[in-house]
Amino acid sequence: MNIAALSDNLVALAIGIYAVAFTVYAADLAKARTGARFGARTRSTTPAAVTGSANPVDSPVAVDPDGPPEDVAAPDVNSLLDRSDRSDLSRTALIAGRLLTIACGVNIAAVVARGVAAGRAPWGNMYEFAMVGAAAIATAFVVGSRRHRIEGLGIGVAGLVLVCLGLAVTVLYTPVDALIPVLNSYWMVIHVAAAIVAGGVFTIAALASGAFLIQRRRERANDSTSGIDATSRGTGTGLRSETLERVSYGLIVFAFPIWTFAVIAGAVWAEAAWGRYWGWDPKETWAFITWVLYAAYLHAQSTAGWRGTRAAWFSLLGYAAFLFNFVGVNMWISGLHSYAGV
Amino acid sequence: MRTAVALLGLLAFAAIPGSVLPQRNVATDPAAVPQFMAEHPRISPWLDRLGLFEVYASPWFAATYGLLLVSMTGCVLPRCVRLWREARAEPPKAPPRLDRFEHHRETSLDAPAGVVVAQAAATLRGRGYRVVVDSEPDAPCTTGETGEAVPGQAKARAEVRAEKGYAREIGNLAFHLSLLVLLVGVAGGKLFGFEGRVALAEGDTFTNVASSYDAFTPASLADVDGLTPFSMTLEELETAFAPTGPRTGEPRKFDAQVTYRTEDGAEASTSIAPNQPLDVDGTKLFLSGHGYAPRVTVRDGKDETVFSGPVIFLPSDGSLTSDGVIKVPNAKPTQLGFEGLFLPTGTPMGGDVSQFPGLLAPRLDLVAYSGDLSMDTGVPQSVYSLDKTSLTEIESQSLRIGETMRLPDGAGSVTFDGVARFGNFQVAYDPGKEIALAAAVLLLIGLTVSLTVRRRRVWVRVTQYPDREGVQVETATRSLTRRSAPSEDTDKLMQTLNRLAPDLAPDLAPDLDPEAVRSLS
Repeated sequence: MNIAALSDNLVALAIGIYAVAFTVYAADLAKARTGARFGARTRSTTPAAVTGSANPVDSPVAVDPDGPPEDVAAPDVNSLLDRSDRSDLSRTALIAGRLLTIACGVNIAAVVARGVAAGRAPWGNMYEFAMVGAAAIATAFVVGSRRHRIEGLGIGVAGLVLVCLGLAVTVLYTPVDALIPVLNSYWMVIHVAAAIVAGGVFTIAALASGAFLIQRRRERANDSTSGIDATSRGTGTGLRSETLERVSYGLIVFAFPIWTFAVIAGAVWAEAAWGRYWGWDPKETWAFITWVLYAAYLHAQSTAGWRGTRAAWFSLLGYAAFLFNFVGVNMWISGLHSYAGV
Repeated sequence: MRTAVALLGLLAFAAIPGSVLPQRNVATDPAAVPQFMAEHPRISPWLDRLGLFEVYASPWFAATYGLLLVSMTGCVLPRCVRLWREARAEPPKAPPRLDRFEHHRETSLDAPAGVVVAQAAATLRGRGYRVVVDSEPDAPCTTGETGEAVPGQAKARAEVRAEKGYAREIGNLAFHLSLLVLLVGVAGGKLFGFEGRVALAEGDTFTNVASSYDAFTPASLADVDGLTPFSMTLEELETAFAPTGPRTGEPRKFDAQVTYRTEDGAEASTSIAPNQPLDVDGTKLFLSGHGYAPRVTVRDGKDETVFSGPVIFLPSDGSLTSDGVIKVPNAKPTQLGFEGLFLPTGTPMGGDVSQFPGLLAPRLDLVAYSGDLSMDTGVPQSVYSLDKTSLTEIESQSLRIGETMRLPDGAGSVTFDGVARFGNFQVAYDPGKEIALAAAVLLLIGLTVSLTVRRRRVWVRVTQYPDREGVQVETATRSLTRRSAPSEDTDKLMQTLNRLAPDLAPDLAPDLDPEAVRSLS
């Protein structure tokens, strides 16, 4: 088996492990949720009995008859966030986390094999980009969850990475080949690598912001129904949305300078390749839009009344612009970056 | 700040249409705007009136970032003044209750108050804090906050106030001011630079004066007559294409061998390739495109060679199917014109489309015209099209290299001698780009510093009770940023203080601040 085929097989293996991790996360969520429900009815039982009482296979989330669809989503996130503040994780969540870490390692190995097979940095076309992007998202999560309690976002991460790799192998697949001359520059290594790293971290930040918005809404709903003043709830669910907000803020603060660097490196490369450092090419324009939206997010974070929900929307908008830049611009808008293989 | 958020949001939104609609002077394809206008005749005039075909040069886009920069400057300048004052002022007094702040630690030490205070100050100074020692702080008389003071009994207190992380503010200001510098750099290019384009066939020489460009776009204040004097000859253009596989025909290599001569007569050879421009005193030449220039020799009715050389044909697809025109105004008895189609790999199966961009089976299809080329009317003509109003088609033929097409009625002949390559060179001069680069570096450094450095204050309060041995030490940190302050400083401080021996004399500790110790003992 040559190295290129090895890379392809490793991608397939990574997909398999990611899928198992995703399933285990889903099972854990279902367990936690049914556990929480069960716990609500039998409040007197010990916490250990509550979490251990439900079997994920017997009580899947989807067939739950009571509660409208919105209600289904909200408790899921709620229970997922329960975990992010709990001092210890459930065993299934731990297993899922390990699986995700292993899959991430296999994914990275596939990237390395691809690079060896091609004899260059393995991000020269959309297939390779999606493969490396998936690895970046997973790595950002694995590394990030050592510093922040973001294990609860694992199911989102596994899902996104699966979509990413799935598209890579079905739609974007390209065999190993040499680069077209205009891409053959060390700036490609620097510029694209920085963009991928920033993208991986932005992804986790966006997941945290999304979970924050759902959680915040749920907390508000709880407050209005139970009539408890938000400030007097002490260590109620309020802290959890604050944790999420802190996590997404910390990640964006980390990724924003990297993204800035990626844009500047791109400008330097453009000057060397096309004779101008900025030409409002669609890719450049959307990189600029992404940058401005994240800048708006950071400003919103230090503006009274904009912190929290409004800032989180800017985080999501920034991520949407980022995503559009990597998917939409390549597919629907022609420009100087159109060589990327789609 | 709310203004900043709103304007940033607006700026992001305003930038979107320019990426969706074709843009003048921006897009790679100059024909994109006219084409769009032809396809959408109803809305195009309105889009044009709103400046949507030149978004990034439109007044409303300029107004958005102008307002943003004005609001930013208005915000940043007062902050500079405030930072200047704060950096010279003392860190503020400790709040009465330290236990409400981060990293609150409390301990009892069996050491003299003066030593503890001096050690705390020295440790914090060693960690980069600006430190002020307050031997008799005007402590608010709310006794009992430590819970152990006996009412009526005097207690001696001392405080260390320290602050660190001014670099954060400096970085923040540097970041925002660098945006203004960036604008200056961008304006430099937009006001004094130029862009040009020239196509050179192998063997052709280009001289850097405005008139020898195929397209020349100077900025409003560019010195058009004072272009850097140099000339450049394209000796050879090497190309390579993927010969097999799923990406057959994809470019693999472009390399233009050139010789150039500068003003002082020095001659040098070099190669221009993608990502590898030639820089002649700030004027940069980039290889931006390529194609074929068939070499032909035209003889007229008197068997005189009236034209000989390469003619640039413009590629119309990825396999370099190319179109071009040959004009021979001095042919006698009548002027001659040819419309041509060139296929680098023209197989019988492929029809009129090239099968591969490499020169595997070159074929030149020519249609000959005779009559009047209408070149004397004073109206400038494109070199890539024939004005056929006074021309008659006389012959057409498909030629391989070396073949000759004879024209009827003794009008002459045309020979397909061979094929040269041509390179499209993008020429750019941007005097503002160094400023823009410096601004970008400053921006990145400022941004990174302002986002990573955490500004915080540390207070240490040392309380001595007359009825007890030793002192009570309390410390806390207040983060002045959104993120919490790191705890290493406090941990290190407590570690150092805990190591203090009870009988330690001030002169035994070398890193103590003698002045602070004197003021306390």
